[in-house]
Amino acid sequence: MLYFSRWKIIAIVATVLAGLIFSLPNFVSKETLASWPSFMPTQQLPLGLDLRGGAHLLLAMDPEEIKKDWLTSLRDAARKTLRDSKIGYSGLGVQGPSLQIKLSKPEDKDTALKELRKLIQPVGNAILGSGANDIDVTEGTEAGTVFITPTEQGVRERISQASASSIETINRRVNNLGTSESTIVRQGADRILIQFPGLQDTKELKRLIGETAKLTFHEVHPSTTAEDAKLTSAPAGFKVFPGDASEGGDHLLRDSPVVQGEDLADAQAGFDQQNGQPVINFRFNQSGARKFGAFTKENVGRPFAIVLDGKVLSAPVIREAILSGSGQISGSYTVESASTLAVQLKSGALPTKLTIVEERTVGPSLGADSVDAGRRAGMIGLAATAILTTLAYGTFGIYAVIGLLVHGLLILALMTAIGTTLTLPGIAGFVLTIGMAVDANVLIYERIREELRAGKGTIAAIDAGFTRAFVTIADSQLTTLAAAVIMFWLGSGPIRGFAVTLSLGILTSIFAAVTITRLLVSLWLKNAKGNTKSLEVPI
Amino acid sequence: MFLVPDFKGFDFFPHGTRIDFMRFKGLCFALSILAMAISLGLFFVKGLNYGVDFKGGSLIEVQSKSGPADLGAIREKLGGLGLGDVQIQSFGAPEDVLIRVEEQPGGDGAQQVALKKVTDTLGDGYTQRRVEVVGPAVSSELRRTGIIAVLAAILAIITYVWFRFEWQFAVGTVVALAHDVLVTVGIFSLFNMEFDLSIVAALLTILGYSVNDTVVVSDRIRENLRKFKKMEINNLLNLSINETLSRTILTGVTTIAVLIALYIFGGEVIRNFTFAMLFGVVIGTYSSIFIAAPILDYLGIKRETVVGVEKDGKTAKV
Repeated sequence: MLYFSRWKIIAIVATVLAGLIFSLPNFVSKETLASWPSFMPTQQLPLGLDLRGGAHLLLAMDPEEIKKDWLTSLRDAARKTLRDSKIGYSGLGVQGPSLQIKLSKPEDKDTALKELRKLIQPVGNAILGSGANDIDVTEGTEAGTVFITPTEQGVRERISQASASSIETINRRVNNLGTSESTIVRQGADRILIQFPGLQDTKELKRLIGETAKLTFHEVHPSTTAEDAKLTSAPAGFKVFPGDASEGGDHLLRDSPVVQGEDLADAQAGFDQQNGQPVINFRFNQSGARKFGAFTKENVGRPFAIVLDGKVLSAPVIREAILSGSGQISGSYTVESASTLAVQLKSGALPTKLTIVEERTVGPSLGADSVDAGRRAGMIGLAATAILTTLAYGTFGIYAVIGLLVHGLLILALMTAIGTTLTLPGIAGFVLTIGMAVDANVLIYERIREELRAGKGTIAAIDAGFTRAFVTIADSQLTTLAAAVIMFWLGSGPIRGFAVTLSLGILTSIFAAVTITRLLVSLWLKNAKGNTKSLEVPI
Repeated sequence: MFLVPDFKGFDFFPHGTRIDFMRFKGLCFALSILAMAISLGLFFVKGLNYGVDFKGGSLIEVQSKSGPADLGAIREKLGGLGLGDVQIQSFGAPEDVLIRVEEQPGGDGAQQVALKKVTDTLGDGYTQRRVEVVGPAVSSELRRTGIIAVLAAILAIITYVWFRFEWQFAVGTVVALAHDVLVTVGIFSLFNMEFDLSIVAALLTILGYSVNDTVVVSDRIRENLRKFKKMEINNLLNLSINETLSRTILTGVTTIAVLIALYIFGGEVIRNFTFAMLFGVVIGTYSSIFIAAPILDYLGIKRETVVGVEKDGKTAKV
């Protein structure tokens, strides 16, 4: 137990050095870091919102609302389909979880089923699909009735899409605030978590996400370009809309839109039937279809612009009059960008209401106070532990303190390397592991003392101390680790931060006690044996 | 070694103590059962002072921009808003005020409306230091996961102890753990201290610490069972507790020292959390000595099975 091979010592020293290198950036300022050579790690431990200040908002969508909206848009689509294929109906309405259609003539049933089944979209990946459909079109028991029922997968897909769209919209909105550090992620099936470091006043943020994204379709000025208009002045009724260079830059568009986002019923990424290029299929509701149909009929061969939040998304050329109310946006899209645009389009079309279900905001001053308090408590806790340990175990106590410092270094390095954020409960967990880390050493040293009292020789006693105590250390620390893992697994927010530091702390404290301290003790033993003095254990 | 001169530490605790812990077991059991009963009674009759995490509602910490905050004026202003129960208290410094608004009827959106009313009413004289708003959906989820987390942790610990030791040890451990959690909850109810998500984290850590202590004692009991095949069980339990006593106290003292540092210097936000931990460490140490070990006497341990473990156990023999 006390012999260390050369390579083992090298491995231990390397671990400690790695710990030192990875934790080093945390001790210097960001300015100093910038001047470091590139091979040095410069990652600092990110501070949680409770320490640096910022806002945390949890938004929830209403799945029932989404289902209802979908049924409404399905009703519009069904109405149009029936009208186009000249099938008469006496009733069309939402009934429970489905859309019920009563046909005027029961013998139209087969045609109706055939036509309505065209509304079915596959669920899942645009390329592979999953075999499932978003809706079922079935025959009712009563003669001449047809039911359109969203499938479970369809609803799940809808909710998932609504969530993705909302995050897109929120992201774009939030970027308007001029900060890049915000994170917006999906949580669970129907929730969205926004974390916004540094933001203290959430009023603006709440206003931004409270609004729905505005999507508009505009006529492009037939002759004057945006550049010309900028040099002179824009023609009456027209305005320059900014756009990305990749989408043709700025455009001169008619100010009042042809169709608005509210008129969009659906948008899906798909592939062009002819050339297999990625495209976006969209569908308007009734009034949108009428307006868009009239507009496209008059403007074949000319571009129209799709504008989101006042910014030109793309300006495709109208190839033919779009009277069906559905259309296709083609261009230099990849599968990815097509689905991105489809999602973006829909984020305007599916403005499902987002409710704030949880808000936690910490002002920067409180965060800074907490960091100071945590640092002070950590220092004092460490000092108290070091003094107690040294008093109790003499020279070996100092070895334990060195092990403790390595433990502190390693936990800092691990957290930095993994990129876990440090939170206030995390600091508490860290400080707590300092106190508990000594436990392993206490177990070992008490055991050595016991063995010495039992009359064992120095080497035998030390060896027995480490060997016997290790079983106890493993048993006791593993149970705490089990509790910490469960905390991480089940916990949210504050509990998680605490669980991470506690788990890492248990691991590094075992390493520190059974490796670092043991190495130091073994070196002491080697040195003492070389001396002529008696081998009296300084414990 | 080379740099550090050799010196001996103070052996704080007299060794070879033969304190008769088992003599107190009847008294301790009675006291602990009483404490658990009172805690349960408090929990069901008085209930807990749940924080916004579990109860829903808003918590707003504000700081006065000019001198000490006028609690009376704030109370008067906010009292007229018709938001139901609004608690206003000083928090740490005289400039700092903590405002709690109870959960508003009308679902998740209503909480935000209430928050806006409060911040608008307070005006520019105060800066917001912290805002926590939890709606009914999230608070009920947090309540559920909190309970599941504690139960799952206890279950995981029992399984581990059962696997590593005998079932009697597992029973002793679970009784000790249930005792620690119950009494800590009882203290929170008694002093009307705010019980929120961080207290659940504290409870879980107390579980970890307490089982840590229990395992150390159990480990020694198991070892002694093998070593002293003829010793009467009461004496053997006593011996094991006495042998590990110095470690129990020293580890307890360092942990408590660190927690006291956190309690005093760690800031107002985590004060309740550190209090729970402090109390839990003390109660956890008590329970492993006076409950988990003595219970083995009542349950009876069969030496044969324990000795049998040794053959295929991983315990190294020195």
